[in-house]
Amino acid sequence: MATNEATTSIKKLQVKRFKPDENPEKHYLNEETGIWAWMTTVDHKKIGLMYLASITFFFFIGGMLALLIRTELLTPAQSFIDADVYNQVFTLHGAIMIFFFLIPSVPAVLGNFVLPLQLGAKDVAFPRLNLASYYIYVIGALFTIFAIFTGGVDTGWTFYTPYSATTTGNVMAMTFGVFVLGFSSILTGLNFIVTIHKMRSPGLTWNKLPLNLWGLYATSLIQILATPVLAITLLLLTMERALGIGIFDPNLGGDPVLYQHFFWFYSHPAVYIMIVPGFGIISEVISTFSRKVIFGYWAIALSSLAIAFIGFLVWGHHMFTAGQSSLANMVFSFLTFLVGIPTGIKIFNWLATMYKGSIDLKTPMLYAMVFLFLFTIGGFTGIMLGALSVDVHLHDTYYVVAHFHYVMMGGMVMAFLAGLHYWWPKMFGKMYSEFWGRISCGIIFVGFNMTFLPQFVMGAQGMPRRYFNYIDQFQPFHQFSTVGAYVMGIGFFIMAGYLFHSLRKGKRSGSNPWGSRALEWQTSSPVPLHNFEHTPVIINGPYDYHKPMSEFQLGIATSHNGHDHHGGDHTDVSKTEKEQA
Amino acid sequence: MNRFSEFMLPPQKSTLAEGTDALFHFINITSVILLIGITIAIVYFSWKYRRRSDNDVTPVITHNSKLEITWSVIPLILVMIVFGWGLNGHVNLNTAPDDAYEIRVVAKSWLWEFHYETGFVSVNELHVPANRPVKLVMSSDDVIHSFYIPDFRIKNDVLPNRYSSVWFEAMEPGESIIFCTEYCGMAHSNMMATTFVHTQEDFETWLITAGSADDNMDPVELGEQLVTRNACTTCHSADGTELQGPSYLGIFGSERVMESGETVTVDENYIRESILEPNAKIVEGYQPVMPSYAGSLNDRQIDAIIEYIKTLE
Repeated sequence: MATNEATTSIKKLQVKRFKPDENPEKHYLNEETGIWAWMTTVDHKKIGLMYLASITFFFFIGGMLALLIRTELLTPAQSFIDADVYNQVFTLHGAIMIFFFLIPSVPAVLGNFVLPLQLGAKDVAFPRLNLASYYIYVIGALFTIFAIFTGGVDTGWTFYTPYSATTTGNVMAMTFGVFVLGFSSILTGLNFIVTIHKMRSPGLTWNKLPLNLWGLYATSLIQILATPVLAITLLLLTMERALGIGIFDPNLGGDPVLYQHFFWFYSHPAVYIMIVPGFGIISEVISTFSRKVIFGYWAIALSSLAIAFIGFLVWGHHMFTAGQSSLANMVFSFLTFLVGIPTGIKIFNWLATMYKGSIDLKTPMLYAMVFLFLFTIGGFTGIMLGALSVDVHLHDTYYVVAHFHYVMMGGMVMAFLAGLHYWWPKMFGKMYSEFWGRISCGIIFVGFNMTFLPQFVMGAQGMPRRYFNYIDQFQPFHQFSTVGAYVMGIGFFIMAGYLFHSLRKGKRSGSNPWGSRALEWQTSSPVPLHNFEHTPVIINGPYDYHKPMSEFQLGIATSHNGHDHHGGDHTDVSKTEKEQA
Repeated sequence: MNRFSEFMLPPQKSTLAEGTDALFHFINITSVILLIGITIAIVYFSWKYRRRSDNDVTPVITHNSKLEITWSVIPLILVMIVFGWGLNGHVNLNTAPDDAYEIRVVAKSWLWEFHYETGFVSVNELHVPANRPVKLVMSSDDVIHSFYIPDFRIKNDVLPNRYSSVWFEAMEPGESIIFCTEYCGMAHSNMMATTFVHTQEDFETWLITAGSADDNMDPVELGEQLVTRNACTTCHSADGTELQGPSYLGIFGSERVMESGETVTVDENYIRESILEPNAKIVEGYQPVMPSYAGSLNDRQIDAIIEYIKTLE
């Protein structure tokens, strides 16, 4: 139906080509300035950048905590922090990286910035809700910081009962912070789903939707369906601690394994909240830098939805040794292997996209290649952990630690960095140093593998996770791993350096430095305040590199009052017709 | 490659280890082969199809059903093999033979108690016979712990509200380490124990003599042995080092301020109470985390510990 409407309006309204202004004087960064304008903005781009600043802050904190952990682990027993501080440090590292960095990273930063642009919309469907979700995120973060300064939390990011119910740390403030944060995630997801359904440009049918949006769509579905379960769990935990109602604590008649079911019912799908939008980015980047039609569009799009769906049914694989029944173990193991298939399909599709392409290994593409390599290792080791008998040996060892860092950091963070470098010119209209970009990507790649490869070995040899002290046998692995972490740290500092330099003194990038066919590149960089000076009209797929650029820059002129939406509005359209006539 | 895969694992010391390891090697080797293939494809494509000019024309290849079905079905077959194999191993791990020798395991923060059929309790030392299936019936006194012997490839969580179990058959006499693998607080990483595998005769001898070995010992010497054997030293040092609990050094006869504000003189009665009812009085600055030793230490042993602490001035 949308297509018919679009074609009729194309006939009626004289679609013409709009070449983006290569050097725009006015754009979203300079039209409204001042701190108040930023804090009250409903512009999805500015909100995206505010999220970017926030998650960068938390990534820095989480990263520093990681270096603290690694430094302490240079020697067995105590080096410079005691066991109690160490336990708080690894708890915070996990909680901050997951709840404050990974979960909001791609949807809230890159999703917010890019999603309306890729739809040709002026903003998300509910701009004020979007701003509200940012502030909810900030409030959640404040509670967490409050918890850190009032006793700390030493439960691990999983808050397992009954330990979390008995420890003296400020678990309540921390869980409340995470509880609040969940609403931010739900609202973002809701906003994205409505926006994708209702605000696509004329001609942008579901089969022309960029794969990044399929990724974000699948992610949003998980966000709104799974996050409430986390909220319920944390609420029950709080009720138990505050009111003494026995739900998880055996002393009160509760069942601690029930908590684990609740927790992983959210936290496993949350893994897909973190990684599925990364798949979207990788599809965009690989197609753009291979100048080639994406291979297996529907396979990639639907596998994201399949992962989102099956991902809800595999939470029990975190509990193979927790005392759940053998039948449950069998079913969860089976479903876990099923979720591996759509993931594998994606890897092969991306490789096939590169086949006979015109590949340019610019920084974003380099990160995408690093992603392919590291995420594949993360996937294979996931198969290892899904195998029931082997998991009994490997569960809760460093093998698991290495596995999820390969998935989360090697997968998600690398995808995020690919996306950040890819859309950086779109965000700021400036280029970063390609040379330093590649150097730091290389350093991070080497450092990452140095850090986590030895952890597979020591984990398989039996080194348990969350250990402050360890037996001497593991020391060489720990030391190698620590050195790797420092190398990785250097890589990230170089990145901070060249990105900061780019903001201040970067060369102008022009509207479309990568020669991409995707819609967001068909407007100026930085983006105009309302994204497009016209209503874009879509006739080609976002990866149709065999068609000339001019076919991707079509649109209908609109008035410049900015706040009306594309299509639909008849008075506006007729006005445009008159203007054109 | 197989040699590296073997290097990754601890020695096989139980009859269950071989099966688990075979699957480990199968997945490892298959994964490495596939990973090398994928990596070669990435590197080869990046070089072979590198951009030569800005006007490069690329072919339109949107999909290929045959290829896509192939790369879906082959991995599916592979993971189903892994699934069945893993399930088979899991069934073995969970089915203890009927004639298995039973030992009760009680986990407390942060020690392991092993209760034998004779009523003898050993702390942080598990003694078992070789070449005979042993079944451990486990429960926790406080939070969740997890019982893990890497050499035997067995692990199971130890829960406060129900029994769980593992079984194994050790293949030859020797020692193997036991870890706690479910995070349980401050001294989680010190909650280690050792499995001593004896021949059947040695095990029987040990079982008979273990309980009576203390009888003729000097109380101070016995006390010193007991604090080590019962894992008191995990949290209490004898040299003034600050651990999770107060050090024994110079504690006897001193006055300590409690969390409740009262001042207590550390005498025989206070130490006895602290062993049997550890959370009755907590010294200021410490947490009520010590498990009770009521039932596992007799009066003579408690006396010996008191005598030992008296000597640490």
